[in-house]
Amino acid sequence: MNAEQFMRWWICFGQEVHAHLDDLNELDRAIGDGDHGTNMDRGLSKVRELWSLPKTPVENLLELSKTTGMTLLSTVGGASGALWGSAMVQASQKLPVQGTCTTETQIAWLDAIVASMENRGKARIGDKTMIDVLRVGVDILIKGDPPSFSERLNTVASSAREWSEATRSLIAKRGRAAYLGERSQGHVDPGSFSAALWWECLNRAMGE
Amino acid sequence: MKKLLDRVEAVVDDMLDGLAWSFPDYLRRIPQTRVMTRARPKDLGKVGIVSGGGSGHEPAHSGYVGFGMLDAAVAGEVFTSPTPDQILEGIRVADRGAGVLLIIKNYTGDVMNFEIAKDMASAEGILTEAVIVNDDVAVEDSLFTTGRRGIAGTILVHKIAGALAEDGCDLTTVSRGANTAIQNLRSMGFALAPCTPPAAGQPSFTLAENEMEMGIGIHGEPGTRRQPVQPARDLADYVLSRIVEDLQLKAGDSVACLINGMGATPLMELAILAKDVSMWLQNANIPCNFALMGEYMTSLEMAGASVTLLRLRDDLERWLKAPCDTPAMRQGVMHER
Repeated sequence: MNAEQFMRWWICFGQEVHAHLDDLNELDRAIGDGDHGTNMDRGLSKVRELWSLPKTPVENLLELSKTTGMTLLSTVGGASGALWGSAMVQASQKLPVQGTCTTETQIAWLDAIVASMENRGKARIGDKTMIDVLRVGVDILIKGDPPSFSERLNTVASSAREWSEATRSLIAKRGRAAYLGERSQGHVDPGSFSAALWWECLNRAMGE
Repeated sequence: MKKLLDRVEAVVDDMLDGLAWSFPDYLRRIPQTRVMTRARPKDLGKVGIVSGGGSGHEPAHSGYVGFGMLDAAVAGEVFTSPTPDQILEGIRVADRGAGVLLIIKNYTGDVMNFEIAKDMASAEGILTEAVIVNDDVAVEDSLFTTGRRGIAGTILVHKIAGALAEDGCDLTTVSRGANTAIQNLRSMGFALAPCTPPAAGQPSFTLAENEMEMGIGIHGEPGTRRQPVQPARDLADYVLSRIVEDLQLKAGDSVACLINGMGATPLMELAILAKDVSMWLQNANIPCNFALMGEYMTSLEMAGASVTLLRLRDDLERWLKAPCDTPAMRQGVMHER
């Protein structure tokens, strides 16, 4: 991954969240308080602004990840802001300050992002959260089958919405939807849907 | 959506400016932040108290900034936890050299953002402790879930921690007092009509004319079950039974009680609920030594109410009855503002 791909990826993520603003709010309205799209969009529009006209030296991946995290941390709010923001800051240490990063480094970094979220949110696969899409995806990238990274990433990106859809039948164990107990069943988790958009954009940015 | 506002994206900023202008003897907004602090800071050497959360719960939390309660309140977007950088600003201004206690309502986002801010403050050398309020009995408490929500009972924790701090107790003592309150605190709420967050523009759920939601939180989220509307005395009976069972209150245990309106409940109806609560407690032989009734922790224009009981252990009654002087809660002696 190079800096250019990183920026394209996050600009794409911001655009996709913006395009799905109402869908994300609607999903959150059913089992939360209806602002997941609004909150993510507020932070990601700042990130888009940053990476459309970058001030940071564009070859510094560590700084890109860290700045993205700090921006999300101070603009999104709620659980999503804390999780995405602190994960991007913490995991940034895995990235080089100069040049591109190898596929191995990129996978280790993606794993560190998701591990940070698991750690802070104490969510595991099956809890009806973003982790249901993020952890499953990272594990496929780590396993190395098929051997080509881009093929694996393709699989992740094309399956991500199915994984999100699969949260519908689950009972929420973490996050605000958990207070609804069994009434959370029958609704897709909004955080898992934005996470699916994130994978799709990574795949798109890496393919260009 | 019909609301009194100017710019939907600026509701929080506009509100904070309006509050600071309305209560100049009490409140000051730290420029470029969403932190409201005391116009007249607490004496040096006393523990600072910081709370906050999403907006839409007014008068919580900035209404409780002042003598005997909070030193700073941090406002997030409507129903969204504030961000760590803002909470850190609140901690910095509240620190009078004896450390800072954070009072957090148990919501995933609030807990995470306050914990990140606490780490940042500790890294700056500010002694910081946190307590988490989880008074809502509507939600099952379990190791495998997020646990119970923090709702209106949080105000009583503000009051108790604030009184301890004002009395000159150290951080450990203030924190222990707040935790004693939390352990003896239970609440439950219900909604007769939903609320409309400004950015969403539509109600967070819909109810038919004869329906209500039992076991609601304070963010406009649906409750634990939907049921036909009942007379106030039946609602009082249901929520008090749940609370008393959970607290394992016995005849003769004395309590403090908070009857809280959710934003659009006429005070007349709250008073009727208060009458039903008082009769229920009297029949159960549970004396109430301190009562509050009014809008303390709202959920925008939601219609409904919550009932909170605090079992009066140790010195809790003394701290509840200690003087305080804030925009939303004033009792006891006058003091210089």
